[in-house]
Amino acid sequence: MHFGFTDEQEELRGVARSFLEANSGSLRVREVMETNAGFDQQLWSRISGELGWTSLIIPEAYGGSGFTFVEMIAVLEEMGRALACVPFVSSAVLASSVIMMAATETQKKEYLPAIAMGESIATVALAEASGRWDAQSIATSARPDGADYVLSGTKMFVTDGTMSDVIIVAARMADATDVAGGEPESGIGLFAVPVETPGLERTGLSMMDQTRAQAEVNLSDVRVPESARLGLGEQSTAWPAIAKVLDLTAVALAAEAVGGAQKCLDMSVAYAKEREQFGRPIGSFQAIKHKCADMLVLVEAARSATYYAAWSAAQDNDELPVVAPLAKAYAADAYTRCAQENIQIHGGIGFTWEHDAHLYLKRAKSTEVLLGDSNYHRDLLADRVGM
Amino acid sequence: MDLEYGEAAESFRQRFRVWLADNLDHSWRDKVELTTDPDDPASGPVDAEYVREFDQMLFEAGFKGLTWPKEYGGQGLTRIEQVVFSEEQFRSGAPPALNFFGDFLIGPTLLAWGSEDQKKRFLPPILKSEELWCQGFSEPNAGSDLASLQTRAERDGDEWVITGQKVWTTLGHTADWIFLLARTDPDQPQHKGISYLLVPMKQSGVQVRPIRQLTGTNEFNEIFLDGARTQVENVVGGVGNGWKVAMTTLAFERSATATTQALRYHQELDRIIDEARNVAGADGQPKSQDPVVRQQLAQAYSQVMIMKAQGFRTLTSILEDRDLGVTPSLNKIFWSEYHRWVTELAMSIRGPQGCVVGDDYKLSVEQQTYLFAKSETIWGGTAEIQRNIVGERGLGLPKEPRADRSPVGGRESARA
Repeated sequence: MHFGFTDEQEELRGVARSFLEANSGSLRVREVMETNAGFDQQLWSRISGELGWTSLIIPEAYGGSGFTFVEMIAVLEEMGRALACVPFVSSAVLASSVIMMAATETQKKEYLPAIAMGESIATVALAEASGRWDAQSIATSARPDGADYVLSGTKMFVTDGTMSDVIIVAARMADATDVAGGEPESGIGLFAVPVETPGLERTGLSMMDQTRAQAEVNLSDVRVPESARLGLGEQSTAWPAIAKVLDLTAVALAAEAVGGAQKCLDMSVAYAKEREQFGRPIGSFQAIKHKCADMLVLVEAARSATYYAAWSAAQDNDELPVVAPLAKAYAADAYTRCAQENIQIHGGIGFTWEHDAHLYLKRAKSTEVLLGDSNYHRDLLADRVGM
Repeated sequence: MDLEYGEAAESFRQRFRVWLADNLDHSWRDKVELTTDPDDPASGPVDAEYVREFDQMLFEAGFKGLTWPKEYGGQGLTRIEQVVFSEEQFRSGAPPALNFFGDFLIGPTLLAWGSEDQKKRFLPPILKSEELWCQGFSEPNAGSDLASLQTRAERDGDEWVITGQKVWTTLGHTADWIFLLARTDPDQPQHKGISYLLVPMKQSGVQVRPIRQLTGTNEFNEIFLDGARTQVENVVGGVGNGWKVAMTTLAFERSATATTQALRYHQELDRIIDEARNVAGADGQPKSQDPVVRQQLAQAYSQVMIMKAQGFRTLTSILEDRDLGVTPSLNKIFWSEYHRWVTELAMSIRGPQGCVVGDDYKLSVEQQTYLFAKSETIWGGTAEIQRNIVGERGLGLPKEPRADRSPVGGRESARA
């Protein structure tokens, strides 16, 4: 019985903390935010090359390190704390998992080693105009044409879409016989589309959170070979794989949220000790002290939920579909609340552009809505426990 | 991360399960008139013949004092077996501990702080439930500010003579002994002049009066001490050291339910969800299909699962002998506020029918639980005191200004 991290896992976390403090401090984050791409290329090369974080959950057979989700969340907490402007969740979790889950052996060998090295950045395009990450919302179509498929549609909120080399597009198979009256989950295909493919157009969205890039991806008659379809259509629909990957990614976002919320608490506590009013540090007053205590309650609860979900992911057990949306909803809400309280505790200074408090509030908000908001995830949870 | 309890613990679980299957009479719950949730250790075990009988059966079968050393009548097992025991006891619907304050508070406290003589004298009768215990910490004017307690004990030859008043004493009317805090040196600063004493209840200097709570029932008591006497050797951890010893007891109180809390709330929530399925809402649909109620139930489910995970984290620290820090306070805030909220949710699902009580103000277990939840954010350190502990000890924030101490570095007043 040991519900915690091993010494090696703690060491990984420690390395991540100090590396990111040195290389993705708030000055650096602000520098990157101001650029159009919003991508810290330099940080990316180091975390993928030197530190190998992009290879964490990829099996050794495909050039990865073969670690579990537990190691992954140790790093993700720190990435969230540092607001690192890199396509880590999209490439090292979302796209990697989709490929591991849905691709053929040949496809895995084609894509995974480059992703593990960080040489290729991949993401997944799922949501569309409705801003929902469910099967029902997929209207982009894939039409077979000879030995090719032709993709048409518009994808929204493609995380890190502008900096990716490969975009894995979820589309509805036009040849699926059961599309008309069938379940929304049937007849979904996944296509690995290199971004230079003719007809694919990416537009970066100007987001309130400038630390996580989102893109609109337009596909007008994008022609890809049959070999681009993950799994080559062996499964009639890729939805089960997508659903599982969404669960894993939800856990990843929860871990980032825990790291960000912890940082908000740390900032608040430091300020409450140092800022004096009425001749005393404001942290001595219960109005402030209790707010900080509430933040710790939330952070620890979110942490427990996230660790449990990560354990479940690492075990690959049947609790994941329940605890993943649970962790995402709880941790994202906790993050938003902590980010708001952090501004409140800082008072006027917390409302300025110069202060970092707003960076966390904005990241919290973008985390909350990514993959579906907290109400959506609680509803998933209710469905999945048979409520 | 490894959530397996290990082979020894699982074989103990199997042994206890088999024993329960052979020995537990499930009909006991139908025979007693439940006044509170029988699964809530804080509300005190129900006063029923079977609870006593079952306790005796446990003792004879070697299921009491699991973690206590064999020389004091214990079983010499590890804490993981104790956890397994509590889980199975709860899952099986067995009665709660008869001698909760003896088994889980004063027993472990004596093992940590007691003299050899005290251990030999007091531990075996606790296990046999020959001596039942209650706790005397809070006073009318010393609740959250426990260290300002005014009950005093003075030496008179071989005895301590105790005068004062204790309040909110669970099971005061059935206990044979009380462990209490009394001021033995009024000239010492607040925390330092306190001693931890063991005092017999059945004597003329001790009066017990039940408190009628807002539930209409009386699980708690007031204890009046007027020249109550106890032998001079019945002080635990040394004269003037009572505060530290009391903190040990409170730590046991706060960690006794590491993994069973979630089990209990999971069962309770399952019942609430079931009710929501069976009660029709405004549109004739079950309330469980009302989108707002569904959100609330999903949130409740999340919090129960978080308690489960939090329980595993706490258990890990306990098993590895790590300092729990403010974890017990965090857990207390989390579960007590959850329970206050979820019982309100349950009441609102039941609608007006849920507010109808029986003759003589007889409440259903659900109504009792709803009302009783209001005490859970108060007893064992209020939610506000827990937040002070979390803020000051956990986060290192400066202490609240105090009006009962001199402003510049002066000695604390004993306020006696």
